[in-house]
Amino acid sequence: MIDTPSVDWLALSPTLALLASSALTLLGAVIVPRASERAFSVAVSVAGFGASALLAGWVFDRSPEPAAVVVDSMTRDRLGALAAILIALVGLAVVLLSAGDGRRSHVGEYYALLAAATAGMVFFVSAANLMTMFLALEWFSIALYVLCALDTHRRASLEAGLKYLIVGSFGSGILLFGCALVYGATGELGFTAIRDATGADDPLFVTGMAMILAGLAFKVSAAPFHMWTPDVYQGAPTTVTAFMSAATKIAGFVLMLRILVTAFPEQSEIWTVAVAVLAVCSLAIGNLAAIAQRDVKRMLAYSSVSHAGFLLIAVAADSAAGGEALLYYLIPYAAASVGAFSVVAAREREQGRAVSLDSLAGLGWERPYVGVAMWWFMLSMAGFPLTGGFLGKLFIFSAIYAAGWWWLVVIGVLATALSLAYYLNVIRALYLRSGEVPSGQVVVAGGSPPRDLLLDVTLAAALAVTIGSFFFVQPLVDLATDAIASLPL
Amino acid sequence: MLTTALIVLPLAGAILVWILPLSRESTSGLALLVALAEVGLWLGSARNFDFGSDVQQYGTQREWFDQLGISYAVGLYGFQFWLVGLTVVVGACAIGYGAWAERERARAYFGLMLFLVGSLVGVFAAQDLIVFYVFFEAMLIPLYVLVGAWGGPLRVKATVTFVLYTMVGSLLMLASIVALGVSKGTFQLAELGTSSNDWIFLGFLAAFAVKAPLLPFHGWLRLTYTQAPPEVGALLSGVVSKAAVFGLVWIVLPHFPEPVEDFRTLVLVLAAATLVYGSVLAFRQTDIRGVVAYSSMGQMGLIVLGIFATNDLGLDGAVLHSVSHGLVSACFFLLAGMIETRAGTGVLSELGGMAKGRPILATLVLVLGMYTLAVPGSTNFAGEFSILAGVFDRGWGYAAVGVAAMVLAALYALRLISGILHERRGAAVRNESDDLVGGELILLVPLVAILVVLTAWPAGITERSFPSGQATTFIGSQGELGP
Repeated sequence: MIDTPSVDWLALSPTLALLASSALTLLGAVIVPRASERAFSVAVSVAGFGASALLAGWVFDRSPEPAAVVVDSMTRDRLGALAAILIALVGLAVVLLSAGDGRRSHVGEYYALLAAATAGMVFFVSAANLMTMFLALEWFSIALYVLCALDTHRRASLEAGLKYLIVGSFGSGILLFGCALVYGATGELGFTAIRDATGADDPLFVTGMAMILAGLAFKVSAAPFHMWTPDVYQGAPTTVTAFMSAATKIAGFVLMLRILVTAFPEQSEIWTVAVAVLAVCSLAIGNLAAIAQRDVKRMLAYSSVSHAGFLLIAVAADSAAGGEALLYYLIPYAAASVGAFSVVAAREREQGRAVSLDSLAGLGWERPYVGVAMWWFMLSMAGFPLTGGFLGKLFIFSAIYAAGWWWLVVIGVLATALSLAYYLNVIRALYLRSGEVPSGQVVVAGGSPPRDLLLDVTLAAALAVTIGSFFFVQPLVDLATDAIASLPL
Repeated sequence: MLTTALIVLPLAGAILVWILPLSRESTSGLALLVALAEVGLWLGSARNFDFGSDVQQYGTQREWFDQLGISYAVGLYGFQFWLVGLTVVVGACAIGYGAWAERERARAYFGLMLFLVGSLVGVFAAQDLIVFYVFFEAMLIPLYVLVGAWGGPLRVKATVTFVLYTMVGSLLMLASIVALGVSKGTFQLAELGTSSNDWIFLGFLAAFAVKAPLLPFHGWLRLTYTQAPPEVGALLSGVVSKAAVFGLVWIVLPHFPEPVEDFRTLVLVLAAATLVYGSVLAFRQTDIRGVVAYSSMGQMGLIVLGIFATNDLGLDGAVLHSVSHGLVSACFFLLAGMIETRAGTGVLSELGGMAKGRPILATLVLVLGMYTLAVPGSTNFAGEFSILAGVFDRGWGYAAVGVAAMVLAALYALRLISGILHERRGAAVRNESDDLVGGELILLVPLVAILVVLTAWPAGITERSFPSGQATTFIGSQGELGP
């Protein structure tokens, strides 16, 4: 006779809401008539993602003290809840963005997989032992593999799915191997139990920790584990790329921070150096490679590698301020990233081909609203003032400087200078034309697309967060502070 | 509150211009109205401004980002009041020029111009390092597009060069700001205290050396000043470069007394070299705006000489010369634009003989040329004299270089005047009377009138820049306020 464990349904509710939405949309794909399949899926998904965000908000409110729930397999705390809110909101934005994507097949499946992936991530950020961590990681990864390959009529999409599957599985394999080594050395699965266990001086233990870090680095596309990122970001359906670039980063970094400071605080002088090295690699490779790109999705992929570098700096700070900076940075980053891919999606739908810097030409004059939005997303990613991206960078630099690593500030600043080259290139494509065209005049490159209200709403929301997070930084940082308080920092 | 209003009014105007779907005429009218209201607001603030007090005027301080000790702190001291005045007056004239020149895509254009004016006012009113940095960078956002979309044939190259140069400098400053602010626990200038860290000092210096520009950091200058639309060039050389003056006077001098001592010789030598180099190159330029651009660079070198003399004469002279150079240089850029619209070119070899049939143009060029060469008695002469007298204390050599550069200034200014007005009628100059018209005069005459007033009364600024004329004591005391 096995005892039924007590289940904290509230802690699970954000995940369950998404699973319900996933199941309903999948069911809808079978029983709802073709004509209304999209409307049904979008409506159910909006409800599911919205409910998940609200429930996560409730969890946030009700969990001032962290607690281990469901047989210590997950932590119910504000960090997990805040991350869940962010992930669910990113998912919601992507649902709105996807509503007008003109997909003809696999409509229900698309929304079902999106909800399933989000559910996996929401569960992932609250994981409290190696088993649930790996389970949740595979859960959202497999959903993402399929999502990447969902445009079965496009070779690039299939290629992206396959590449992501192979490289991602390799990453998961490394992570699993690391988990096994840590378990072998300590005999424990729970993060806190690992911290308290004897045997931590075992070389196998440190190797295991390094492999776990490498596995997570694959997921957040930190160099040198980023090789899949450009191809997958470029090939996957743009809405899926938008989702991956924002949500996977949030999930991966929150869990990386959680496991490093909860399970391996004793080894911090080892992993901070490792994380700093990863950060420097990501900043160098991401920025240098992004400069050479003409394809906007590919450029944004490398840009996301460089943002992983900045976020890793925050992790390397190994301090409460670093954690807060990490959480704050993710907010404008996620908004600008979803926003930028939304603009790419809009242009793609309009022109029916991949978006390069050349095909963005004149967009700013042609479609002022989309142009202005893209302009500010790029400014935020480049860390210009009047956007949250600036304060995020400032916060991260302050945290790492306070931790005594002044040289990382210098590297971060140099990387930002490099990144201007490609972010400003986009603005240049949007608004500027070189000599042949008389000053003040532009050649129109695109047509006039049908109005997509939901896409405009997504853009407006992303823009509001990108700029609003600059002016209302303190409330957001207060939330981050509450969330980080649940970690032993 | 009034300072905040001065910052917010143009920014709000910019948003209004962007949002309202008005015609070109109404848009330019609205933008001009906002710019004039801004000038009115500034004049209004002069009425109760207590120049003798060492207390910040019209200040606002709000909590903004407590975690890092960043607050929204703005306010004005005497010299800031004059820099803000320079901004709003030149800004209004530049916007007026844009209206007169009937710029394409009026809503975008005028919105960006107002945005630029608002961020410049923010720079000069900042009392917190982050607020300063925010506005310092924010002005690049409109400039990038203003130069790049409305400029001359090489505009894209010009704007990219300009923004990359400036950003590299300012990012080094950002690293310094982080280091300084985090180690002091606050970013407020009044509480910052002093630092003796050479690297932090050099980070700030890098940003301002690019912005001014000083000698090895001037690579962006010619291309940007000549490719920008004339009214944007006026703002760039007249006002944007003064952000460096503000940064040096209000951030570097008070908070880095020791590094300033240690690096004084280096900076003075660079500044003197900038002065000579700029003046020599101004003499070698083939077009009007090239001359004004390099002359502007030389004058900035002179101003930096005055600042790093760190004595009362030098600093008073630096503030006065910032204002008068800002006005003269802005006038010349607008004038260059007006001549270019008439002749279709600014190349001196194709100009000449414009004095015939154009008495008003000739008078203005001549008057402004005299100001440029700092004819004794003019406000520019007063400023230069004060700076040179100040820097004389630090070594007679600097003053000697300065005097030599004044001779060079006479050479290039006279060459410019005769290149435009006299000699044989150039190929591009039409043989008809197309003198300046009313709309253009309305833009230029107020600027010249201010110069004339300052000529008669330079003490109006020098005695009202720092409390009781004690520049060094006052600036030194700012650094001692901290923890």
